[in-house]
Amino acid sequence: MENTAITQEVKPPNTKKGPVKWLKDNLFNTWYNTILTCLGLAFLFFVFKGVFTWVFTQADWEVIPANLQIFSIGPYPLEQIWRVSTVIYGLAVLLGLSAGIWNGLTRQITVAIGCIGAIILLLPFHIPVREHALIATVILAVSFAIGRNKDNWKRWVVVGWVLSFPWTMMMLHGFGAGTVSTTMWGGLLLTLILAAVGIVACFPLGVLLALGRRSQLPAIRWVSTVYIETIRGVPLITLLFMGSILLPIFMPGDFQLDKVIRAMVALTLFSAAYMAENVRGGLQAIPSGQVEAAQAVGLTYPKTMLFIVLPQALRAVIPAIVGQFISLFKDTSLVSIVGLVDLLGVARSVLGNAEWIGLQPEVYLFVAAIYFVFCYAMSFVSQKIESDLGVGKH
Amino acid sequence: MTENESTTNDPIIICEDVHKWFDDFHVLKGITTTFKKGERAVICGPSGSGKSTFIRTINRLEEHQRGTIIVDGIELSNDLRNINLIRQEVGMVFQQFNLFPHLTNIKNISLGPIQVRKMSKRAAEEAALALLERMDIADQAYKYPAEISGGQQQRVAIARALAMEPKIMLFDEPTSALDPEMISEVLDVMRELAHSGMTMLVVTHEMGFAREVADRVMFFDEGVVIEEAAPADFFDNPQHERTKLFISQTLQH
Repeated sequence: MENTAITQEVKPPNTKKGPVKWLKDNLFNTWYNTILTCLGLAFLFFVFKGVFTWVFTQADWEVIPANLQIFSIGPYPLEQIWRVSTVIYGLAVLLGLSAGIWNGLTRQITVAIGCIGAIILLLPFHIPVREHALIATVILAVSFAIGRNKDNWKRWVVVGWVLSFPWTMMMLHGFGAGTVSTTMWGGLLLTLILAAVGIVACFPLGVLLALGRRSQLPAIRWVSTVYIETIRGVPLITLLFMGSILLPIFMPGDFQLDKVIRAMVALTLFSAAYMAENVRGGLQAIPSGQVEAAQAVGLTYPKTMLFIVLPQALRAVIPAIVGQFISLFKDTSLVSIVGLVDLLGVARSVLGNAEWIGLQPEVYLFVAAIYFVFCYAMSFVSQKIESDLGVGKH
Repeated sequence: MTENESTTNDPIIICEDVHKWFDDFHVLKGITTTFKKGERAVICGPSGSGKSTFIRTINRLEEHQRGTIIVDGIELSNDLRNINLIRQEVGMVFQQFNLFPHLTNIKNISLGPIQVRKMSKRAAEEAALALLERMDIADQAYKYPAEISGGQQQRVAIARALAMEPKIMLFDEPTSALDPEMISEVLDVMRELAHSGMTMLVVTHEMGFAREVADRVMFFDEGVVIEEAAPADFFDNPQHERTKLFISQTLQH
């Protein structure tokens, strides 16, 4: 390559810099930038020193492992814990099969979850927890191996995912003597269930409301608009209170709607209104020529929406939609106000225990870290989805 | 060029006193005309004259408010079933191509046959490949529209319309959005299509194409057809002052 004197090609100028050169050019190029850099470093040093000293020497982390069970499942009875494990094993089967059948993102997510399982296995948890993690990880791996190249299983796996919701609910609740009332559901388990149901249910509802608000039929347009504006004009807490206090008054006779279900309904209805507006933003970005071209080919309205408009519209608003999911995940913490003990709720009950008084920083930091892990995971997956779909490219 | 060889006397589109308003603006002021099977009509006129609106009423992308339009024996009314039937018979090519950017070219073409004509995926994709071959762009089948040139995109759009095996093709200024060097590749395809006996209504400013291919040239101005004639008569012996002015202006460049 060195002696290509005849080549006519002109290479672009080399703009790559070594780290030292970069430091010189960006942080120490003038005397005042040098001072600012030093001040900034000093500030960062003191902040991190404070945090690290507290985390590693002063904080009393005993409270976390001692209450791990409460944090993860709340007051869910320990002798019924096999119900939770069964649900996890079932999901592991579905996830493993999906990863085997679909390439790409599903597989990456599955590998990531498998790694988490393996990490739990190695951490100093109670032996039963590590056993469950081991079994779940093995199930995941085995289903992955089974599902490889089973293209004709796709339909059944999708059916499986759809059924996994009622199945999870029934499995956790149980029948007859071993029933675990939903009032016993708590901790991260409850948070995840509320968030998953909310996310899965609010998405189609939001899409329908968005289409309804742009409908040419006045009745549908008005119903959708009134719904969206009413719900968006009310705080989520109000909806939760209405669900837990007002709804039972209107219900006929002894009919008791489950507390957890009422919270799910409130969360779903609330998020759907915001989802609708996000989706509507995407719908408006689609040029009318797209609909005209679809109509000219003879596609009916539902098919035009399904194959032409929605795929483009949803792709354009993935960041807003995932933002809404993340909001919803964090908003589940409000259910502790209507008497449910989600992750934040159990944190407060742990702190109410005389044994752990004064450990707010440790407990809340731990809870915050859990919320962060899940929310960041959603954000990360959405970025991967965007790049997989080639958003902005075609 | 030999003309009229494929034209029969059976009318395929009958328009009677077609009126259209955009709010208070009277775009089409009573168009009455008949297109025969296999006829190639070029529609020209200044912008805002209603020529695009007129061909868009024929597959109901625009609704006419008075008069009747009968396409292949089916009258266009508010009956959705009729509209969908007619749209299956009438292909359309747009100025801005309007390809579906999230689908590969071959999927753009096979979507209609699969979803509307209920063709199997395999048969539809084979047909799509054959059409792309005919358009001379088979090698672009698995690319996305944004990855190919404007002239190629418009040819994919023509293939998409043809995939539905329409009896009539509408072209709404198909070359107006193209770079000059790509116009001829699209016109070549349209010429080939014209010789295959397709009924074509073409809104265009390409007067050379009109002279060569058309059976009839219609001149629109302010919502009425003020002159229509065979291309030889139309270009060499225009009757109306307005037409004369238009021809002298368009032929200047």
